[in-house]
This record gives sequence, C-alpha cells and structure tokens, in this order.
Amino acid sequence: MAEPTQPSPAHPTRITLTEEGPALVTGPVELALPDGTVVRSDRAVTAVCHCRRSRRYPICDASHRRKERA
Amino acid sequence: MTTALAGQVLPTARGPLSSAVLDALRGGRPAAVDTAAADPYGDDLQLALHCCYELHYRGFAGVDDALEWDPDLLALRRGLETRFLAALRGDVPPGADVDAEVEALLVEPVGPHVRGVSHHLHRAGTVEQLREYVVHRSIYHLKEADPQAWAIPRLTGAAKAGLVTVEHDEYGSGRPERMHSRLFAEMMTELGLSDRYGAHTDRVSGATLAEVNLMSLCGLHRRLRGASVGQFAMVELTSSPGSERLVRALRRLGCGPAAIHFYDEHVEADAVHEQVVRRQVLAPLLAAEPELAADVVFGIRASRFLGERMGEQVLSCWERGESSLRPA
Ligand code: FES
Ligand SMILES: [Fe+2]
Ligand SMILES: [Fe+2]
Repeated sequence: MAEPTQPSPAHPTRITLTEEGPALVTGPVELALPDGTVVRSDRAVTAVCHCRRSRRYPICDASHRRKERA
Repeated sequence: MTTALAGQVLPTARGPLSSAVLDALRGGRPAAVDTAAADPYGDDLQLALHCCYELHYRGFAGVDDALEWDPDLLALRRGLETRFLAALRGDVPPGADVDAEVEALLVEPVGPHVRGVSHHLHRAGTVEQLREYVVHRSIYHLKEADPQAWAIPRLTGAAKAGLVTVEHDEYGSGRPERMHSRLFAEMMTELGLSDRYGAHTDRVSGATLAEVNLMSLCGLHRRLRGASVGQFAMVELTSSPGSERLVRALRRLGCGPAAIHFYDEHVEADAVHEQVVRRQVLAPLLAAEPELAADVVFGIRASRFLGERMGEQVLSCWERGESSLRPA
C-alpha cells in the first residue's frame, strides 16, 4: 500500500481502501472539508475515516471497530 | 572501563535473585542462585531480570558498561529468562491462527461491566490513581519503542520496512520534540511526577516489570522475533480505544494539555499503526516465514496475559482502597 516515492506517472499516489474502516494514504496530506477547513496530517501513513463515526473526523480514530457489550 | 556517572540509580533488591544481580552490578562476583523456587512473575525475579536488561538500554550510574556482556551475569540472566519463559509457555495456551487472533483483538468490548484499568479510570478514576497508572507505565513509555527496535535487524524486506514505518512515527518522525517517550515525560512533569529515567523502578511491582521484561526478552533473542512482532501487534492493535478512554478520564479530571496530548496522539497514531502492523508487518512476515505464526500468537497471548495480570493487581489494590505502588 505505501508508495515510498513522490507520486509520478510511473508511481501514482495509492490510496488503500480497507474493508472495515479507513482509507490509507501515504505521505503528508491535506484533507479539505466541505466547510472549508483543511486538516493536515504529517504521518508517513494517514488513515482517513470512511465510516463517518470518528470523533476526530476526517482522521480515523478506530471508532469503526465492531463493539460487543460485555 | 566505561562507567556512567550520571544515569539511573540502582534499585533496591527484593530477594536473593535481585540481590545477586545487584551485587554483580556493584562489581562483585555473581553468586550461584536457584531460580526454581522463585515466583516467575514475582518481584524478586522480575526486578533481577529488569536490571540485567537495563544494561542493554541505558545502564546505571556507577556501573561498568562492560557488564552488559559479562559471561557470569549473562549466565545468571539466562537462568531467569528460562524460568520466566517456561512459566509463560505453561500459562499461555498455544495457537497458530494469527488472523483469528487479530480479528478477536479488533472487537471492542463495551459497557459498564468491562474490567480493565483504562475502563476504571474512564468511569471513576481519581487523579491519584491516574498518577499511579502513569508511574507504572513509565517503565515502558520512557523507553517507548526501544524494545521493539531490537526486532529490526531480525526482519527482512517488507516486514522490516513496515515495522520501521511504525517505529519512525513512535520516534517522532525525525522531530525529537514529538517522540512518544518525550511526550510521556512531559505528561509526567505536568502531573508532578519525576520524569527521570529509572526514578520509579522501586515503586512498581513485579507484575509491571514483567510486561516490559517480556518485550526485552523477545527483542533480545532472535529466535523469539515472531513473539516480539506479536507483542508489538498486541500493543498497536489495542492502544487506540484504551487511549480514548484515558483522554476522557484526563478531561474529566481536569488534567493539563501535555497529559491529554500524549493519549490523544495515541488514539490517532495507533489507529494507523494498527493498519500498518496488520498489512505491512504481519502479512509479509507470515508470507515470508509462515513457521513464525505460533510465535506471533504466543507474543500476542503472553503480552495480553501479563497485561491482564498487571491490570488485575492494580485494580484489586484500588478496590481495597490501597495504593498500587510499593512504598517509597
Ligand atoms: S474509518 Fe476508522 S473511525 Fe471511521
Ligand atoms: Fe507510541
Ligand atoms: Fe503506536
């Protein structure tokens, strides 16, 4: 999933969509939200929330996990 | 002879095994010890092992650095490790289905009856209990990511690259002010606790030391590299929801920004680390070395076993209205 190089025609940016949760994006990214805010992430890999349940939306905080009442 | 003048001070012995190690660190000849009678998870054996391992990390003030490779001390360490590992092999059921193990860890138990230290702190913890928890955790977090770094030269290809991706983030991605160990130290200072390396060793129980000793044991033995990766996976897969509970606890208790930042950072970082560990470490490791599956499962289960043991000990102290720390 992680493309270590700068995006180029030979090595385009890869976004990995996971089955259960976030989309994984390599490298520093800016996420532009509908309300105009821009969220920046400097991590080597950023998990972008796809389930909309994150309390730190648009960054995944593992809220997509299946919960089981104990 | 290289002897650190500054650095962590030697802890106080808790029995014959830790006495033997501490005597050797002070320059004596290691006495012959009998590990058979010792509690494998108890104060004495775990402190003895902790002191042996610290020679490989930061050493001790006034102790000859060359003792790291002293054959007598290594022989003593071996006896302690054999006893500890045999106990774990006996207490942890074997398995080799890594996928099933990971799936199970990704289901989050919720509700008012879930037992665990972070659950308790979230629901009803006091500032004093939170400070105790941070003291316990300092044994690991002041050297956060170091025990797992031993695995790097023992892995190859994609699994190595994946592990380094996570480690790089733990070490602040090139920015020392963002290192997780540094963020932890800043939280300690904010909570009025000493952030000096080794300052709290005398205060924590064998159960707390055992969790970190497992990391060092698996890191320092190449043959246990699968278990080291399993232990690492266990931490990275379970940390995000636990950190979220701690963020809420800290907010409820009115703690400061450094404390909130440490756990907040772990909610977000470990949501990513979970993905990287599964896809870029476990998957390529098991593709390349499928025979390591049983060791990976052992690493996951052993770290869970010791984590629950430690948590149980802390909670039962608190339920009795006592401190979970040893007297200062
Ligand atoms: S995808 Fe993980 S919290 Fe939404
Ligand atoms: Fe971390
Ligand atoms: Fe992490």
